[in-house]
Amino acid sequence: MYSFEPTEEQQMLVEAVRRFAAKEVRDAGRDADESGTLPQTVIDKGWELGILQSSIPEEYGGFGARSAVTGVLAAEELAYGDLAAAMAILAPGLFALPILIGGSEAQRKTLLPKACAGGHFPATAALIEPKYDFDSAALTVTARDDGDSYVLDGEKCYVPLAADVEHLLVYASLDGKTQGFVVGNGTPGMAVGEREKNMGLRGLPTYEINFSQCPVACADRLGGAAGHDFAPIVNASRVALGAMAVGLSRAAYDYALNYAKEREAFGEPIARRQSIAFMLAEMATEIEAVRLAVWQAAWLLDHGRDATREAYLAKIAADDLALMCADRAVQILGGHGYIRDHPVEMWLRNARGFPMFEGMAMV
Amino acid sequence: MIAFEMPKPIADRREILKQAAEGMMRPASRYFDEHEHEIPWDYINVMWQAIQVTGQNYRPGPVAGSGDASHSDRPRLTQQMLIHTVEMLSWGDAGIYLCTPGSGLGGAAIEAVGTPGQTEKFLKRFAGDKPTWACMAMTEPHAGSDTAAIRTRAVRQGDGWTIDGTKIFVTGGHKSLIDSNGFVVVWATIDPTAGRAGMRPFVVEAGTPGMTVTKLEKKMGIRASDTAMIVFENCRVPADNLLGSADVATEQKGFKGAMATFDATRPIVAASALGIARATLEFVKETLAAQGVVTPYGVPRNKLTAVQRDVLEMEAAINAAWLLTLKATWLIDQKRPNTLEASMCKIKAGEVVTKVTQKGVELLGPLGYSRKLLVEKWMRDAKINDLFEGTGQINRLIVARRILGYSSKELK
Repeated sequence: MYSFEPTEEQQMLVEAVRRFAAKEVRDAGRDADESGTLPQTVIDKGWELGILQSSIPEEYGGFGARSAVTGVLAAEELAYGDLAAAMAILAPGLFALPILIGGSEAQRKTLLPKACAGGHFPATAALIEPKYDFDSAALTVTARDDGDSYVLDGEKCYVPLAADVEHLLVYASLDGKTQGFVVGNGTPGMAVGEREKNMGLRGLPTYEINFSQCPVACADRLGGAAGHDFAPIVNASRVALGAMAVGLSRAAYDYALNYAKEREAFGEPIARRQSIAFMLAEMATEIEAVRLAVWQAAWLLDHGRDATREAYLAKIAADDLALMCADRAVQILGGHGYIRDHPVEMWLRNARGFPMFEGMAMV
Repeated sequence: MIAFEMPKPIADRREILKQAAEGMMRPASRYFDEHEHEIPWDYINVMWQAIQVTGQNYRPGPVAGSGDASHSDRPRLTQQMLIHTVEMLSWGDAGIYLCTPGSGLGGAAIEAVGTPGQTEKFLKRFAGDKPTWACMAMTEPHAGSDTAAIRTRAVRQGDGWTIDGTKIFVTGGHKSLIDSNGFVVVWATIDPTAGRAGMRPFVVEAGTPGMTVTKLEKKMGIRASDTAMIVFENCRVPADNLLGSADVATEQKGFKGAMATFDATRPIVAASALGIARATLEFVKETLAAQGVVTPYGVPRNKLTAVQRDVLEMEAAINAAWLLTLKATWLIDQKRPNTLEASMCKIKAGEVVTKVTQKGVELLGPLGYSRKLLVEKWMRDAKINDLFEGTGQINRLIVARRILGYSSKELK
């Protein structure tokens, strides 16, 4: 059966996230783009929505079950508020969800209850590497099996919150396959670099990490000795980022639409000109279409099916959508769109990053 | 609960239709493209049989119309089934698909605004033995998107109406009026000073004196489908052939009813567009794969070749457009308003199929441009979907007015 209607429970969650995100997250995100710091209160409040905790089953200390569909609904709303804040709030999931998806039973039993026990769980994941042709299926950070342990070597970047976390999931190439490794922050051989300076996401602290002969116990390979399949993890990341791209697009669209109805030129609101109105109509159309593609991929994940095709197609469509909507929002605001009094220029800076944000969000 | 599982009845239907598309439509595609105005009777007769068996046409009795309305405990699938059908038939051949017999747009208008008596009277012919069509005539030589500007007049005379005027671009006009005992629903004004409020649909049955099919257009694509000019000269129809009321002052239902049929027909056009798009995409991928060029899912776009990138972007666009179309019909089956989504999916699908087929010709180079293969034909067939049932621009206007809360005066 086809259905395009979230459950009542999902609708309640969406409304709760929207109430929080539309004003509080939006305002905090705009300030953080200038100051570089998101208020801890906003991150804590976001955490208290229980988006991650309700994805973890009771036996592992949570109070629900993972649903990628529910996850994308929440992720869209958070990113509608602010992308950097959404990524910061959901960062613990970068660590916990792959453990739920691909971890061994022992890893789930020891690590997931910690993630659900208290406040915003200090954990993250390191996937991206500083090279133009970065590809999560062909990593240059390597894991070498030296018998007693694995040894990590290489350079990661765009690791959210790396300086302040206790736990990291580090992805490395083991015999050409992408595998995750649970690494405690401060492990010898691991060095968190300076905070990165990027075009966008300025509210989200991200870091480079250097691994040099960094040892990881055999038991800390994600999935244990047998390892894990990377596909469901990267697919869940693409779906999450797709949803965030839709959220950002909707923010830009709403803002531009309201502005166009207020702003007058030649004696009438600019929205009454087809050149503006048609841009908005196209944005609305694309947002609706791409959102459904994201939902479809999430639904496949929830049903244990291979979502590789749909997640990738949804993601590339969402990457383009975000850039198109943010760019048009700037265009509709004209010169004012370029001024930092309005958030649209920030959305354009943030949107441009989606094609490389792989692994920076999970549902 | 959000769900994307294709219902089994739809999957089963598509399996059968795929065989028909492959076995009956594709082999005939080129012939009917090169022999414009010949009629694909083999396809038509097979489809007529199938339609009678599956009961998709009008059946007399308490459950008029199509589909699964009698199983009210189950979710309705009627419109979702229909777009899956249209998508697959258009994957076979969009021009031949348009020759599918049935009550079509004319029937839709009657179902939307006719009385039960009119429905019975005009639609019972679709339960007969011979393939029958009905069509709708709105466009005139001087008025297309601006429907309120039509000049065809209907004048009350005695116990009937006399219609005078010229209609063009009537899809299936010849099949409805010459090749079968069908009818045309023709839009005319009963009061030229009243604008839209004066517009009314009239049923004119095949063989009515004063109605002549004067011309068949020669088109860029969908050449298997006839596009007729119909001239009405002192054409008299009974009073009961007026759909809606004769009172200009109070009656607005007629025009609104016609507009409401677009909510159902636009997703159908979108589905047809996306059938052509999928045919093109599949053919391009097969041709590339035969040369060892694959289009993997998951590689960052800046690592792909330009050709791989184009193909994957085509595929992503088709997928998103299809889901939007599906939602537009799911809303109808849920008995919810869908005007916005109907226009959205029409915009998106019209644009996607235009780009995908034009890109397909480019990607295949000399193979794409050659009439030995079908890609160039698909490109010619595709373009109509951004034109009929509301151009891309008219649908943008509809979406824009809705999202902005503007009337047709506030956003022209």
